[in-house]
Amino acid sequence: MPAYTLKVNGQTHKVEAAADTPLLWILRDHLDLVGTKYGCGIGQCGACTVHLNGVPMRSCQLLVSTVVGAAITTIEGLDPAGSHPLQQAWCEHDVPQCGYCQSGQIMTAAAFLQNNPSPTDEEIDGAMAGNLCRCGTYARIHAAVKDAAAAMRQGGRK
Amino acid sequence: MNPTTATITRRDFIRVSALAGGGFVLSLALPAKAWGQALDDTTKAFTPNPFITITPEGVVTILAKNPEIGQGVKTSLPMIVAEELDVDFSTVVVAQAGLRSDVGAQFAGGSRSTPNNYQLLRRAGATARAMLVAAAAQTWQVRPEELKTEHGKVIHPATGRVLTYGQLAAKAATLPLPDENSIKLKSEDEFKVLGSRIGGVDNPLIVTGQPLFGIDQKLPGMVYAAYEKCPVFGGPVVSANTERLKALPGVLDAFVIAGTDNSSGLLPGVAIVATSTWAAFAAKRQLQVVWDESAGDGHSTEAYAAKAVELAQTTGTTLKNDGDVTAAFASAAKVVASAYSYPFLNHAPLEPQGCTAWARNDGIEFWTTSQTPGSGQDLVAKTLNLPKDKLKVNMVRAGGGFGRRLANDYMVEAAAIALRTNGAPVKLTWTREDDMRHDCYHRPGGFHFLKGAVDAQGKLSAWHNHFVTFGYKSADKPSSSAGLSPDELPARFVPNYRLDQSIIPTIIPTGPMRAPGSNGLAFVMQSFIDELAHAAGRDPVEFRLELLGPDRMVPPSEGQRSAAYDATRMKGVVRLAAEKSGWGKTLPKGEGMGIAFHFSHSGYAAMVAEVAVAPDGTLKVRAVTAALDVGPIINLSGAENQIQGSIVDGISVAWLQELTYDRGRTVQANFDTYPLLRSTETPAMAVHFIQSKNPPTGLGEPGYPVVPPALCNAIFAATGKRIRQLPITKNDLRWA
Repeated sequence: MPAYTLKVNGQTHKVEAAADTPLLWILRDHLDLVGTKYGCGIGQCGACTVHLNGVPMRSCQLLVSTVVGAAITTIEGLDPAGSHPLQQAWCEHDVPQCGYCQSGQIMTAAAFLQNNPSPTDEEIDGAMAGNLCRCGTYARIHAAVKDAAAAMRQGGRK
Repeated sequence: MNPTTATITRRDFIRVSALAGGGFVLSLALPAKAWGQALDDTTKAFTPNPFITITPEGVVTILAKNPEIGQGVKTSLPMIVAEELDVDFSTVVVAQAGLRSDVGAQFAGGSRSTPNNYQLLRRAGATARAMLVAAAAQTWQVRPEELKTEHGKVIHPATGRVLTYGQLAAKAATLPLPDENSIKLKSEDEFKVLGSRIGGVDNPLIVTGQPLFGIDQKLPGMVYAAYEKCPVFGGPVVSANTERLKALPGVLDAFVIAGTDNSSGLLPGVAIVATSTWAAFAAKRQLQVVWDESAGDGHSTEAYAAKAVELAQTTGTTLKNDGDVTAAFASAAKVVASAYSYPFLNHAPLEPQGCTAWARNDGIEFWTTSQTPGSGQDLVAKTLNLPKDKLKVNMVRAGGGFGRRLANDYMVEAAAIALRTNGAPVKLTWTREDDMRHDCYHRPGGFHFLKGAVDAQGKLSAWHNHFVTFGYKSADKPSSSAGLSPDELPARFVPNYRLDQSIIPTIIPTGPMRAPGSNGLAFVMQSFIDELAHAAGRDPVEFRLELLGPDRMVPPSEGQRSAAYDATRMKGVVRLAAEKSGWGKTLPKGEGMGIAFHFSHSGYAAMVAEVAVAPDGTLKVRAVTAALDVGPIINLSGAENQIQGSIVDGISVAWLQELTYDRGRTVQANFDTYPLLRSTETPAMAVHFIQSKNPPTGLGEPGYPVVPPALCNAIFAATGKRIRQLPITKNDLRWA
């Protein structure tokens, strides 16, 4: 099988896998980064959202052969201490029910707030509309994103 | 102390035995086999029962006994223990139990975790606390009555002396079990933990993406499996290109499993074992199987609908006949006839089914997301002819359940594959398409041909339902979760009531989904009640309160096993939902409010939905106001989350979702054709609890059934269009 060198969460990894392997499964099975979740495999649910050069992408739709050289960030690498304002807000609002979609939700929100630090309510819902939550925690996701945005503005965080 | 000494006065509830090392085993309301269970006394921890461990260093660990599927029991059940133990919940370590024999039944279903365990866990905590107090009393040579506890410490207020639970653990472990009558539970006004807002104990792991869920399990030397089954439920494999598959990159093995005819068990299929999940999935796409799909002939959504109309012309089987509906219809002021239907549904938890299994010489070890791990163990033992005691079951967090994981098909599949991997642990992962098409029981659809009447006083006087349902390969017996209790409201509340039933045989297995039965029936009953209220020219809230009648407990009908119905509690939530929603306000055409109430799983629920429908038919659900009475709330944060989630789930189902069949095949396969509600469609939500003095009951289910009818009744109020067929997308909502 061909070998690929990937840059994930600031670290370089060499993996051997079929060229058509989605990044999702490279992360999960090859690199043991299982925070990125499999939900649908067709880019519908957003549970597999990662950042590719800072842009939120569905890792189930990214073939390993196409992401060589890109800066890939997963939920495990979002914040070195695991205390990104979004992660804190998620805990403060007790957002999760089953929790399965939440790493994808947080990754979408993190990229969104990078580009829009002062979003309106409609912009938050619009930005999060690509991420399904089967348990229906959207109201808390909204509140957590809003609080995290405020915290990031006050803290002048990245 | 000896287990047979006279100090043991509560054989039915608590048993205690002393061990050589000074530890104790206390088991509560459990079978006698827990008697004398050995403790690991190397830590010298105080472990008065399986639920509590207190080390001399002061670490308090509480066991979470039941499967966590997103309903919050990994947090809420340990909260109950912590309350009576009198420790700060933030200092507690919560440990997830595996399947074991000494903690009572371990399952997640029927909203039973709270009612089944509330007293048990309170007593577990209170007993431990009493023993810690006794240890302090002995240490200080004072009477226990002089002591109090708080924040994991025993305090002697008279002298200001304090000992932590950790400091007392070793001594407490040497004490006899206190007498039953001496165990004092807190009164509710003393609660500090219960009723508060506690975040889920796994939240820090969830938000940082740490391994936690079934699909996250990884073991040394693990291999990965996929399993393909017949598009028509249970169809056998005629032939498969397994030899070709074995030559594909990353594929280690491919083989046919003959399986059994248990639709929730090991169905026939083709297993692929590979070096990674993707290698298995990719090989699955290359799989060519000839299936025997003959059982699917004639089974389609259209054929079922036609059959329902045909059966509605027959008399059916009469299940209940109170009063005289014929006479009541003849003398009624208004008679309304309507036909309602709702579709089959998929559970669609976001984590697809799967299981990790490791077959070793000493048996098979599982990491499962099952809602019924004990039944999973039974299923594996029976199907593969293995002794139960050789099957070790670890319970791991599930990415959603909704009733899907009451079945254990994925577990027995993993076991059957693990027996062929030469001792390598195997993780079976279903694709989303597998999960959608092989949900081993679907929420059954149903048809209701209704006739109702109101009398000259505008009161509901008669109700006749010809219920056309489904029977699994049977025209005589409704299949699982496809029945209608003859006591279902408005039975018992209307003097003339008749229920007839006809059954369409199906090959689609059906079964429980969140609030089984109720999740379809509430839509029908609460929508038709609404129709009758409007026919009578009455306010829908007032009409419902009158239907519920005077404050009283309505017993089951003779011979029925239904629950008693507390009209007082139901009227309480109806009034509260109406009041909090601003019921009665004047809205322009195109906007409207609808109410519904329903009793299920011991919980009383009412909701008001407010919608806006544009003239072009575009629906916006603006707000939902919920009122529930499930007694005292354990975890206010988790409880509100369950109801908010029920609202979103209920809108999702009512508005968008439908499974259809074509020659026995399930048509929908993924979220592109089986959509879930999204953030932009989520309404404002307000959740109110009446914390009545009744025993606390569960919240995973009772909030869910009322959502579709509240929503559909609101659409009627906005547009004059009555939704009688779900999903709502099948209806034209345009108005002008």
